[in-house]
Amino acid sequence: MNKHCHNPAETMELPQGKKRLVLVGNPNVGKSVFFNELTGRYVDVSNFPGTTVEIHKAPYGDYILMDIPGVYGVSSFNDEERVARDIILQADTVINIVDALHLERDLFLTQQLIDMGIAIVVALNMMDEAVQSGMTIDVAKLSKHLGVPVIPTVAVKKQGFQALRAAIAKASLGYGDPRIQPELERLMATGMGRGDALLILEGDEEVAFCHSQQAFPLREEIYLRRRQRVNEIIADVVQVKQAIKKWNKLLGQWAVRPVTGLPILFAILVAMYWFIGVFVAQTVVGLTEETIMLGIYSEFITALIFRFFSPEGFLGLLLAGEFGLLTMAPVYLFGLLLPLVVGFYLALSVLEDSGYLPRLATLVDRMLTSLGLNGRAIIPIILGFGCVTMATITTRLLGSKRERMIATALLGVTIPCSAQIGVIAGLIAPLGFSYLAIYVLTIFSIFVILGTVLNKILPGESTHLLIDLPSLRLPRVKNVLTKTYLKSLAFIKEAAPLFVLAAVAITVLAYTGALTGLQNLLAPLTEGWLRLPREATTAFVMGIMRRDFGAAGLYSLTLTPEQTLVGLVTITLFVPCIACIMVMVKERGWRDGTAIWGGSLVIAFLAGGLIARLLA
Amino acid sequence: MTTLDKVRRGEKVEICRIADERVRAQAIRFGICEGSVVTCGEKLPAGPVVIYAGWQELAIGRSIACNITVKKAS
Repeated sequence: MNKHCHNPAETMELPQGKKRLVLVGNPNVGKSVFFNELTGRYVDVSNFPGTTVEIHKAPYGDYILMDIPGVYGVSSFNDEERVARDIILQADTVINIVDALHLERDLFLTQQLIDMGIAIVVALNMMDEAVQSGMTIDVAKLSKHLGVPVIPTVAVKKQGFQALRAAIAKASLGYGDPRIQPELERLMATGMGRGDALLILEGDEEVAFCHSQQAFPLREEIYLRRRQRVNEIIADVVQVKQAIKKWNKLLGQWAVRPVTGLPILFAILVAMYWFIGVFVAQTVVGLTEETIMLGIYSEFITALIFRFFSPEGFLGLLLAGEFGLLTMAPVYLFGLLLPLVVGFYLALSVLEDSGYLPRLATLVDRMLTSLGLNGRAIIPIILGFGCVTMATITTRLLGSKRERMIATALLGVTIPCSAQIGVIAGLIAPLGFSYLAIYVLTIFSIFVILGTVLNKILPGESTHLLIDLPSLRLPRVKNVLTKTYLKSLAFIKEAAPLFVLAAVAITVLAYTGALTGLQNLLAPLTEGWLRLPREATTAFVMGIMRRDFGAAGLYSLTLTPEQTLVGLVTITLFVPCIACIMVMVKERGWRDGTAIWGGSLVIAFLAGGLIARLLA
Repeated sequence: MTTLDKVRRGEKVEICRIADERVRAQAIRFGICEGSVVTCGEKLPAGPVVIYAGWQELAIGRSIACNITVKKAS
């Protein structure tokens, strides 16, 4: 681009002489299967400059192959589209993955890429499903209409890859819309590429600004003509003998109809709870944390460190004390957190790849609209029960700033993470059903009140649900595993430094006696307002380091059932762990991040004190 | 003439007007424009409307559906 701004895709590192080959397609067309199949093992995942959108890159012959977020069209409706747009504008060649079952939707993007003047080759994927659904597609005719190579593929069965690899060299420009040719040429005469020129005609203000041009008001006209052309092509190349209803179509209908959809959702939640809450959190963590990390690793490292340092000295405590850098930090990170995160990403990848999540978003849309969110916000909320930190990162997928703010606040304040749920369940179970009911009701009410209030006071407008519902399908094992591996790795890389920091901070607090000082300082709050023993302060401070530490801190105190409940409500609503606070600040910025933090403190103590008075 | 949120499940309608410009652009990409004939596949109580258009299945939030004018398809 030119003087006013530059395309960040230009500055992305590219080895000498390599060209850019970009995988472009609508969401859920199997792009990542193509990426994995074409590139094999070595993958580099990075954030696109200046955004939180992930780009996958890997060498492929003379090219660097890039996988970008799935988009329905090239423009600047949201962050992901902007990233896709910038990378597509810089692409040398594009592999456009098209879902044979959804040609009406997917060929719109294909035709837009052609109008942009980019050399493309089309992979017509899921051909087997199209055939099974009673559809015949004349591939040769489709290729002739578009003017680009079209290769039928069944990516999950590895069919068509050889032909696709061979066709990359034959990628061509295709037949663009002739009606806009004069305007395009006029713009291109000022020195810009055809892609930039098209986007300016389609009213993309950002691209227009970069070229000091005015955006044209032609989007709708061009879109409608493109839509018409795509429909004509489809009418000519697709024949449907008899539409066959398959299992997934029926199951897809059931998933959004409340009568059947809610039981399906319940079954999925039970299965997830069993897998993550029981199998991973107890069986696997029992092995990794108790047996391996505490039993073998910790014993060894403590003995080693204490041979050189006194167990009472600062350095000894810092390295191998209760919150030591070489004891607590790695035990927590690899013994407890890693298995939980891997478990969660496995479950999430299965849900993602099955195409269920958009249906879930539809099912719960109504409940979330009164909280200023739309159905899509259910994804971070579900994730929050696993790890609030991880969930806060996924609020990126929400459509507006206010929705991201509301979701982050709800997560940070009201959603207990899996580590915490375990301890809470252990403390509350002996008290009986009525205490459990009061606890759940309190937290749920605060969830609803907080969402409703934020929806009222935050400026702006939330986006509404308008989503494509992909067909349900069985996830592929390899794809799920790759996804889980990459996401877990990224999470650990992000979280590890924070835990090291937390370990240092809490050791310093304990060593300097600041903890006892804090207990006395906060006595009016703990003893006076919450009617808890003053030692409860330790539980709160610990709760900042690790949410479950906070709840676990209550174990060591002698409390009445009422006090236990007050303590648990306060600890749940109390600030999320330090890793989460830092992610909140990173994602929402200083002002909003600390506002949520402060808000959670006020809400936690207010609710705790009120419960203490109501129960008395 | 009525709006999409008032259509009954199973009914076939023709889209007459989509009020919001962005929704209109997004709908064209999904394969639906003014003049398209769609079937109402599902209606959640006070929630989204699910429509079928060809092989395409879309969920449309209630407040968007209220602003889409439709008429009975012949």
